[in-house]
Amino acid sequence: MSIAETFAKAKAEDRSVLVGCMPAGFPTVDDSIASMVAMAESGCDVIEVELPYSDPVMDGPVIQKASDIALANGVRSRDTLKIIEAVSRTGATVVLMTYWNPIEKYGVDAWARDLAAAGATGMITPDLIPDEGAEWIAAADKHGIDRTFLVSPSSTDERLAMTVASCRGFVYATALMGVTGARTSVSSQAPELVERIRRADPHMPVGVGLGVGTGAQAAEVAAFADGVIVGSALIRCVLEAPDLATGHDRLRALSAELAEGVRGGAPR
Amino acid sequence: MTFPDMAGHFGKYGGRFVPEALVKALDELERAYREAKQDPVFQQRFDGLLKNYAGTPSLLYRAERLSEALGAEIWLKREDLNHTGAHKVRNVLGQALLAKRMGKPRVIAETGAGQHGVASATAAALLDLECVVYMGATDTERQALNVARMRMLGATVIPVTNGSQTLKDALNEALRDWVSTVETTHYLLGTAAGPHPFPEIVRDFVGGIGVEAREQIVGATGQLPDAVAACVGGGSNAIGIFHAFVPDEGVRLFGFEAGGDGVETGRHAASITGGSVGVLHGNRTYLLQDEDGQTMESHSISAGLDYPGVGPEHAWLHDTGRATYEPVTDAEAMAAFQLLCRTEGIIPAIESAHALAGAAKIAPRLAAELGRTPTILVNLSGRGDKDVHTAGAYFGILDDNEVLVPGEQE
Ligand SMILES: Cc1ncc(COP(=O)(O)O)c(C=O)c1O
Repeated sequence: MSIAETFAKAKAEDRSVLVGCMPAGFPTVDDSIASMVAMAESGCDVIEVELPYSDPVMDGPVIQKASDIALANGVRSRDTLKIIEAVSRTGATVVLMTYWNPIEKYGVDAWARDLAAAGATGMITPDLIPDEGAEWIAAADKHGIDRTFLVSPSSTDERLAMTVASCRGFVYATALMGVTGARTSVSSQAPELVERIRRADPHMPVGVGLGVGTGAQAAEVAAFADGVIVGSALIRCVLEAPDLATGHDRLRALSAELAEGVRGGAPR
Repeated sequence: MTFPDMAGHFGKYGGRFVPEALVKALDELERAYREAKQDPVFQQRFDGLLKNYAGTPSLLYRAERLSEALGAEIWLKREDLNHTGAHKVRNVLGQALLAKRMGKPRVIAETGAGQHGVASATAAALLDLECVVYMGATDTERQALNVARMRMLGATVIPVTNGSQTLKDALNEALRDWVSTVETTHYLLGTAAGPHPFPEIVRDFVGGIGVEAREQIVGATGQLPDAVAACVGGGSNAIGIFHAFVPDEGVRLFGFEAGGDGVETGRHAASITGGSVGVLHGNRTYLLQDEDGQTMESHSISAGLDYPGVGPEHAWLHDTGRATYEPVTDAEAMAAFQLLCRTEGIIPAIESAHALAGAAKIAPRLAAELGRTPTILVNLSGRGDKDVHTAGAYFGILDDNEVLVPGEQE
């Protein structure tokens, strides 16, 4: 399913989309495929595959740790493509989240082509702003990849409008000023940011990320956003489990809880 | 045309590859800097601190015995005599004043060996700012004295335990801090790299090195030097001395990168001569990376040059051919270190020893090309107090009184 179809379907069901994030190759290539499939089977509508990177400046300790483990175990950019292919073959909607340098190194057009061939529908770029994004935008358009840029509570109205206009599929609203990682409460800045995005473009689906970790928080965010993006809390299920089987049990349980959460949001 | 352009590009280099959350702060910083540049009160304040606190203009010194040893007329720009012992004080004073001007009570900094951290803590103490320094855990152990210095000056030092636990990870952590504290915090970046406008701001704040040196050498010799030499880590001392000479086409500019064990061994920190084009820490430049664009660890005996990237203006000067970049190995740098100690009674920073070793390499080449003794201006970016332990261990003079001559230590 395309991003647009996924959001449209959720809207028809009067709920939000659940986006679950997992680093490619964490802790190994096969294990990460199993984790992602488990997430998809247990209620994640979209699997956000994160390409592990040596210098992830937008990420908090959990994603850093998982990415480091994946890299230490030898994951390569082409493994990420393999993982995306395996996961999207199960019918899951897959988007990639990646820092920019690995893409530039691979070749921007070649990456968009291979990403599309692997079955990904979109790509989120935490450290590429539209200002520097001309080459990516052209390649993404050519190969039919939706491009998601980030907006932040600190974005001016002008930048927010420009960024939303540069997005296809959905826009990623970072709920707070900070890096990834589950927080005890949902940021109070998030609803206002989503409201500002809707003023800039009422039709662009908005995914809210940074800080969501429980079903209750997912419900809270689902009340005002089209998508709820969860990373660290899911990854921690695997990171902190004594073994992979336990990790996957926890991953399924949390995915199901979050899926219930995105269905508990107040109807829009 | 002047560089960078409006979006911070030096040709295809530079720019802003950062999370959107930082764009507003970078825009604010740029605006504040443009205003400060036009404000005579700010400039007076900056010039006053440079002169009365940091001790600039630094001397330009004609190193007679070194000149004899190298077969070139060597002039040393004595940035080692500045307060805190390096060129870095110029940048931190400028940025700390900017932080004040923007009403930000807190500064954060990354540091490798601790030099920039100590300089930042110094400026923060002077201007009554809160200061937090991120330092790789490997480096806090290696550089315990500098950690103590920063703490004495009232700064908080946070050891960074993720990634490779060195300078690049300290920089990542400072950026993460900044993403969540931009309202109250200025990121006092330590070199002429990072996202726009940092490469330009840092260049301008350290640019006095070249302006002074140009005036001093013309005053002393009646002409421009044949070449200017500097070491290149992130590139601040090099761009600081180069910038005033860029329009002087007859003056050759040489940047010397840390060649570590030799570029061919893969254990080095020579981003331009041994790396490739990519994006790191907010700008497009040359960097050490693997086939997948993952940053590779750098290696150098000099902690201040041990960084896998380089400022974007150097990438540009390299591509345009205006400046020439060459690697200098650990062994070459340490030989030059000892030579300066023994010929001039000056203990240089190991970083600066790379510039001296580079000057030694180009001297015969320039002499042959010009058919006379060449004049070379070398940026002696810092003093070697901080390196006594490293150099002492290298030369084997810490545990006994045996001094090895270079080449014998293998
Ligand atoms: C004395 C000295 N020179 C040079 C450097 C390298 O930095 P840059 O290339 O920014 O001048 C350092 C960094 O710590 C230093 O302490």
